[in-house]
Order: sequence, then structure tokens, then C-alpha cells
Amino acid sequence: MYWEAVKECMNKEDLEQLQLEMLQSTLSRVYMNVPFYKKKFDELGIDPDDFRSLDDLKKLPFTTKEDLRNSYPYGMFAVPLREVVRVQASSGTTGMPTVVGYTKNDIKNWSNLVARVLTAGGVTQNDIVQIAFDYGLFTGAFGLHYGAERIGASVIPISSGNTRQQVKLMQDFRTTALICTPTFALSIAETIAEMEINVNSLSLKYGLFGAEPWSEAVRQELQEKLKIVATDNYGLSEVMGPGVAGECIERNGLHINEDHFIVEVVDPETLEPVPAGKTGELVITTLTKEAFPVIRFRTRDLTRMIPEPCPCGRTFARIGKVMGRTDDMIKVKGANVFPSQIEAVLCEIEGTEPHFQIVIDRKGSVDELTVLVEVSESIFFDQMKQQREFIDLIKTRLADELGITVEVKLVDKKSLERFEGKAKRVIERRNL
Amino acid sequence: MLKLKNVDIFYGKIHAVKRLSLHVSRGDIVALIGANGAGKTTLLRAISGLLKCNSGSIFFDEIDIAKQTSDKIVTLGVSHVPERGLVFKPLSVEDNLVLGSYPRYSLKNRNLIKVDMEQIYTMFPVLKDRRKQLAGTLSGGEQQMLAIGRALMAKPKLLLLDEPSMGLAPLIVKDILRLIVELRDKYGLTVLLVEQNARSALKIANTGYVLETGRIMLEGPADDLLMNRDVQRAYLGRDLDAGFQ
Repeated sequence: MYWEAVKECMNKEDLEQLQLEMLQSTLSRVYMNVPFYKKKFDELGIDPDDFRSLDDLKKLPFTTKEDLRNSYPYGMFAVPLREVVRVQASSGTTGMPTVVGYTKNDIKNWSNLVARVLTAGGVTQNDIVQIAFDYGLFTGAFGLHYGAERIGASVIPISSGNTRQQVKLMQDFRTTALICTPTFALSIAETIAEMEINVNSLSLKYGLFGAEPWSEAVRQELQEKLKIVATDNYGLSEVMGPGVAGECIERNGLHINEDHFIVEVVDPETLEPVPAGKTGELVITTLTKEAFPVIRFRTRDLTRMIPEPCPCGRTFARIGKVMGRTDDMIKVKGANVFPSQIEAVLCEIEGTEPHFQIVIDRKGSVDELTVLVEVSESIFFDQMKQQREFIDLIKTRLADELGITVEVKLVDKKSLERFEGKAKRVIERRNL
Repeated sequence: MLKLKNVDIFYGKIHAVKRLSLHVSRGDIVALIGANGAGKTTLLRAISGLLKCNSGSIFFDEIDIAKQTSDKIVTLGVSHVPERGLVFKPLSVEDNLVLGSYPRYSLKNRNLIKVDMEQIYTMFPVLKDRRKQLAGTLSGGEQQMLAIGRALMAKPKLLLLDEPSMGLAPLIVKDILRLIVELRDKYGLTVLLVEQNARSALKIANTGYVLETGRIMLEGPADDLLMNRDVQRAYLGRDLDAGFQ
């Protein structure tokens, strides 16, 4: 199922022509309308008229989150404010929010691109879509809301929080598609079990999860516990919000809406492009945004390009699931550790719950990373030997994955904080 | 069907068209809008080979036509209706049409061409009524129709239309635009339409490009361009500030 087959399945040559045209006009526009880019291009001696091939993109400067913050609130807008029909702000996962704007056309495109992502994930006009993202300045809820309405699905804008209420409405309203963060979906699954509701009595078919990194193991878990097809989708407010990329039901990577965005994957340190298939930082250039175009925006999200074609027939290139953010990366004992790696290991071990916390401390001059893991009831805390063996098993698996030794502590089920939006997994106790 | 990449055109020292890239898909009406002197006509003339680009490529159905002569380009399937039609005024309507079929005219084809001419007359009954009249005696709207009819006689796949509404009364403009839509919908023709009358052009087009001082500033579905405030202010004559005073 495609939403816009003509676009989503267009051939490479036509796509490149379109991207070149759009990029050229975008550059002309930002140079004329956004003082930040005019100044930056002038300083670097870049003339937008010299831009003649998609390869020239490499010569353009990056835009960073810092640049957006320095332009707070409206400095990066390419149109006067009276043409802006909506203002949103980044969810501020890391630091101060950045403000983005949308024209009427931007909202129209946004709806359409999310409609593509939802269709790829299985949603049709016959579905009842429960949107359990926080409505507000965060772009997630609105983007998915517009997309679902565009398709003609029935939208329940329940927003996040109140897990029991979510489950009740899911039951009463016969929700068929759940949309939220994977962390919140886990929490909902847990509550369903707690309320002793038979999952098979629910109407759920699809789950579209995003806004934070999640592993294949969590996908398995969600698919089993909620009896759904779970797909990943990706977006960020600085670029548009959800709708930048999304998985089809093949579930093997996220198709980028390449007729609206050009993506690159670069080494976060050297900023040079990495070879296809290698992990690096995702960099996005918008092609159609009117109010808030960005050139080579460094997303800080780590992923890789998947060059192989997808069996679904879409020709748009794919990125792998986002592994984490460059700033989620924990540097301990000289190694780079991502919470998503730890999550993946824990999901594979029988008896642990996918709820955990990472505490980083420094003893003397040595970093120490401790993982607090929730365990299911079936683990007997009174049997010391078994418990120690269990801890050792987790330690070994984590050491294999991360390449460093870590401490593991078992905690009671539900003793760690639950999150309704994005999870906060890392507690930093070092004074760096 | 038509693909331009990084086309530059200079008039002496004046850089009239700047690294322009554009494409026209089969079966579409594509509107190229922009102010006087933006480079619209220059671009059409470059596509039909009336002037040469200084650099860049123009592909028509996978053939590079940037260095081809105009007559070759016509036989490949591109017809150009110039601004104000430029019909041969001292010739009859019918002779103007016959001249349009020049690239494929031969004794053998004579009957085929007659059939085509009848088709043009069906499309423009007014031309049939005036077939023996000198083209110079026709009204502006009729001359424009004749110019389009003449271009169609070459059996083009792509029609380049330069300001077909120029100098015509609003009612006649409507007729011409309706005809362009008919050419696409009924005859499967692809059209690149240059217009100063941006609103009318975008209303019938599938996609559009906005040209400013030789550069494409915006491209997109025609509906989106109609909604774009910059386009509205600059080309659709809407006074957006009026409401604030």
C-alpha cells in the first residue's frame, strides 16, 4: 500500500533531477531570505549560483542545533511571521527549545508526508488511531494527527499519560493503531497485563512508534505483548517533525521521503561522509520547507544508510533504526556506550524487564557504569547463588556488547520511574 | 520528457538565465511564471533552439537538444508558439496552417495533413469560418488560436506556449486556457506554459516554477504555489498589506 505511489516509487534519475532543482531553488531562497545563511555563505565565499550538482552539497556548511538556538526565537525563519500559521518548539530533550514555524503549505506537506508513513506502517482510513503523544509544543502529536486525518482514519487525540485511561479507551473505542513512544507502549502493555485484560480481546493491529531510539528486541516484545505490527518512524522538529522517514511493514529500515529531504550520514568527529552502510551522524537538508528551511542540519542522531532496495517497491533510500544521539553517547572507560545497546542486551535475557537505568559515577579516577535492571517476579531474590549467577550472565553479555565491564544491580519490578514520553535513562554522577 | 540541467544563457555580459534546472513530465501542464525580464521567453527560445545556451544540458526524451538546430528540434516533437502568435499576416489562415506542417510535408503525406487540418478546424471552428481570410485581418484572440493551430500541425509531443493570453480580453483568455487544458486532457499533449497572468496559468497547471532574475526561486504543485504568499504578493496582485492598514 502506498499513499503516493508516483512519488514513493519514482526512479532514481527523476528523483535526482527533482532534488537538484529543489536544492538550487532552496539555496537561492535561503540566501535571499535568511540572514544567517546569507552571512554564512558570504563568509565562506559560497555563491548559491555555483551549485550545480548534488555532490556540491558537501561544500556547504553545516547548520547546528547551536545555530538554531542563537537565532532564538524567529531568526531562522525564511518568511515573515504573518505568513506563519503555526509555531512549534523542539521537545527540548537536550537543553533549551528551538522554535520552528510552518506556513499553510508546510502544514499541507507535513500532513501528506505523515500520511505516507502511516500508510507504509499499515494504517488505512478504516483504522481507529489512538495518538498517545503529548499535544503541545512538541511536534510528534500534531504531525501524526494531521497525517491520520489526511488518510481519513478516525483519530483519538488522547495525548500522553494516564496509562489506565489509555487502556480503557483502547478497549471501549476499539483502537486499531497505537501511536506513541516505544517506552510508553511498553508501559501500556504492562498495564494491560496488570488490569488482567486479554490482549486478544482488544482490536489493536498496528503500532507506530518513534521520538526515541528503540531496539529490535523491544520491537519483538511490543509485537508479542500487544499483538501488533510495530513500525518505527523518524522525524525531528528542527526539520519538520514526524514524516521525515518511516518503516514499511517489511520492518527493515526507514524510508526517507527523499523528494522532500536529502540526507547524508557523516562521521560526527571529522564531519566527512562515511561509506554506505556505516554508522554516523544523520544530516538533513530540507527541499520544500517554506517557513523553516535548513541546510545540512546536524541531527545528532546516529544511524546508517541501507543502500539495498526494499521488497516493498518504494525506491526511496532507507536509514537503519536510530541507535542513539551523539549526545546520548556515554563515554566511559574510553568506550562509547549507547543506552540502546544496553536495552537490546537486556531484552534478550529471560527474566529481565525492558526497564533500566544507567548510573555513571567516578571512583577515584576510574569511571564506573552501573546498570539498574528491573526483574520479573519469577526471579527469586532469596536464592543468593542463582541471583549471583544471573547477575554474572547479564554482566558477561553486556561486556561482550559494550567492550567494557559494567556493574549490574537487580531492582524490584516497577521500582524505576516510568516515562510517558521520552525515557530518561542515564544518571550522570561524575563531575565532568 | 523535458529535462534542463544547469542552463546558463548570457546576452553579452548579462547573465539572463542562471544555472537553471527544470523538468516537464509527460502529460503535464507546467507553468513558468515570473515578472517581465525574469528570463522566461529566453528560456523557451533556448529550448526550441532559437538561441544557444552557454552551458548546461537540455534533454528531450533522452536526446540532448541543447546544440540541435530548431528545425531538428521541431521534428523531434517540440513546437513553439511565440509571444503574440506571430502568424504570417499576409497569408491566408489555411496557408498558415499548411506552413505549420512544413517539417513533415510531402506529396505522400498530403492527405494526412488534410485530415489533421480538419481536426484543427474542429478544435477552432472560428478558423474554419475564416480559412480563406488573411491572417492579418483576424482579431488578437483568433490570431493566437491560429498560432496554436499552426504549431499543432507539426504534431508536437511538447508545446511551448509563450504568453498566450497577452493583450487579449479576459473572456478570450478564458477560451484559450480552456483550450490548453483540452489539449492535455483530450490529446495527451504536454505543455510548458509561460505566463505573466500567473493566477490563470497556475489554475490550469499541474506544477509550476517561479522565475526571478534568471533563477528558479520556487517550484512545486501549482496549488501550493497559488497558496504561497510570496507568489500571491508578487504575481497574483493580491495586496496582503491592505488588511493591516
